[in-house]
Amino acid sequence: MKKFTLHEGIVAPLDRANVDTDMIIPKQFLKSIKRSGFGPNLFDELRYLDEGQPDQDCSQRPLNPDFVLNKPRYQGCSVLLARKNFGCGSSREHAPWALEDFGIRAIIAPSYADIFFNNSFKNGLLPIILEEDLVDQLFREVEAQEGYQLKIDLEQQCVIKPDGTSLPFEIDAFRKHCLLNGLDDIGLTLEHADAIRAYEQRRRAEAPWMFS
Amino acid sequence: MTGKTLYDKLWDDHLVTENADGSALLYIDRHLLHEVTSPQAFEGLRLAGRQPWRLDTNLATPDHNVQTTDRSGGVDSIADPISRIQVKTLDENCDSFGITEFKMNDPRQGIVHVVGPEQGATLPGMTVVCGDSHTATHGAFAALAHGIGTSEVEHVLATQCLIAKKMKNMLIRVSGQLGAGVTAKDVVLHIIGVIGTAGGTGYAIEFGGDAIRSISMEGRMTICNMAIEAGARVGLVAVDDKTLDYVKGRPFAPKDEHWEQAVAAWKDLVSDEDAVFDQVVEIAAADIQPQVTWGTSPEMVAPVTAQVPDPAEIADPVKREGTERALRYMGLQPRQKITDIRLDRVFIGSCTNSRIEDLREAAAVVKGHKVASTLKQALVVPGSGLVKMQAEAEGLDKIFIEAGMEWREPGCSMCLAMNPDKLGAGEHCASTSNRNFEGRQGFGGRTHLVSPAMAAAAAIAGHFVDIREISRV
Ligand code: SF4
Repeated sequence: MKKFTLHEGIVAPLDRANVDTDMIIPKQFLKSIKRSGFGPNLFDELRYLDEGQPDQDCSQRPLNPDFVLNKPRYQGCSVLLARKNFGCGSSREHAPWALEDFGIRAIIAPSYADIFFNNSFKNGLLPIILEEDLVDQLFREVEAQEGYQLKIDLEQQCVIKPDGTSLPFEIDAFRKHCLLNGLDDIGLTLEHADAIRAYEQRRRAEAPWMFS
Repeated sequence: MTGKTLYDKLWDDHLVTENADGSALLYIDRHLLHEVTSPQAFEGLRLAGRQPWRLDTNLATPDHNVQTTDRSGGVDSIADPISRIQVKTLDENCDSFGITEFKMNDPRQGIVHVVGPEQGATLPGMTVVCGDSHTATHGAFAALAHGIGTSEVEHVLATQCLIAKKMKNMLIRVSGQLGAGVTAKDVVLHIIGVIGTAGGTGYAIEFGGDAIRSISMEGRMTICNMAIEAGARVGLVAVDDKTLDYVKGRPFAPKDEHWEQAVAAWKDLVSDEDAVFDQVVEIAAADIQPQVTWGTSPEMVAPVTAQVPDPAEIADPVKREGTERALRYMGLQPRQKITDIRLDRVFIGSCTNSRIEDLREAAAVVKGHKVASTLKQALVVPGSGLVKMQAEAEGLDKIFIEAGMEWREPGCSMCLAMNPDKLGAGEHCASTSNRNFEGRQGFGGRTHLVSPAMAAAAAIAGHFVDIREISRV
């Protein structure tokens, strides 16, 4: 997994609540058996005017000029500012894969859907939760100032604004540790192999029908 | 010490290790797999040179990409080459790792969330995971069941465990008697309308109360299935006699003395009298009417007797704009009567409503009637090969076909258009599935979520009708 320590980048504001995973990456792209290459189809139905097909050359497709990621001022963005309940819907990890492949490293929103939130950490994508009024304020600032950038310091757990103000955020210690060090969960869990075997042994005695 | 909730009990029973920060290793008893979220997990396993920890807990079936028309040609008959590769990849992975799979033409194949309970592969007291958010369905059996992402699919394959953090407890108590024509689907849509699509985020929701007790196992699955649409990864219903009756004798269910032992243990799978929930939501069954969604999120729902909302009357600007956007997408006018929404297609199927009871309900409504001539298509897609056989044994297929509906092979079908069953842009569909997101059933398609009976009635009328008026005729 990619490490996340310190990141600075252009912020793109996606001003709608309940952005669902079908919107982040429509289902026709889930047919891929690969983990990469989803970036050109991120927000496909919002981003292009036509209906996207898998394995298509997206550079020839008509872009929706009104969609935020198509606006010249947000080109090269790597931080997505979003509204509440971001990532609701399915468990598809293709959603964080698409965001990551597009170049997004962090998301800032008042709340996320649980599965999406969880999946993001597994892919080196940092979902930051800030209070709704702070997010509101960020939306206003991003819109007011072209080229608006934010700095994200995971070690210090804060988002630093261009004027130097720092907005602290909470993060679970284990997830922080894994992100900072780019650790693979499976390897860490397998360090507990003995505990897993002990559990199985105990459980087999208590609930033998689970093992037949 | 205060009592435990059902969720607390399930959590404690599966704890392998717990860290100081509250993250834990949870043991997984059943892992269900399908073709969409597993290929990258198997690839990861291979790249790391790892083997599945315990083969016998895994059960796979393809469901999202399979066509629902003739499939006598097997996997090679899947027309879309990319879909075909995905299904073949599942077959190859299961064959090479030795995982049990109900392949495309196995009569036991079907939507993974229909197949698990039907086989008795989902049992009370289990932890059940699948790379699919509607894994919440299995909570109807008092199993701790939730959707996971592909990295976690790989994690479960390799370690039989999941890194998890305990959720909060919510009880949604539905009290009283459900009115005539009001089904489990209406109950859960009504609940989502009340608490919103993020209302359950961070919670495991237990559905309780006498109205829930009165609902069949099929109906309870419908309710738990849509817990995720209320934001909750987990939906639960306590064990009672209905649970035991349903499970008994199924192929993967315990037998003989194991059955007796299991039943004794399962009787404890209820929340203790003095258990404390972080949140309790009270719902009066009498308030629930047949529901129809009008918007692009399951919380955008109203009774069939109501009108589409008027954004001008909404004070909250984010909500107002969301409503305006939804009405634009759905091509509806503010204050339009729900019963005036004309339909192009009807879809009866999906892991929410494709079990035998759902098909019986729909068949009872269409029997002796014809689908409206204005309708382009009315699809009935059983949830599994076994549901299909049962329905045919009861003659339900004939009822549907005589009414002018299409009777199909099992799969996800038009619930999400990863296979050839899709809505065209701008088309309105009465659908028994669970998501009405933009483009969910096809690019530009407009989904209205309803119960099987309401979908069937709408198919005959060509627009929504109050099922309670139909039953009176
Ligand atoms: S029927 Fe629909 S919701 Fe259920 S598993 Fe299939 S695609 Fe997902």
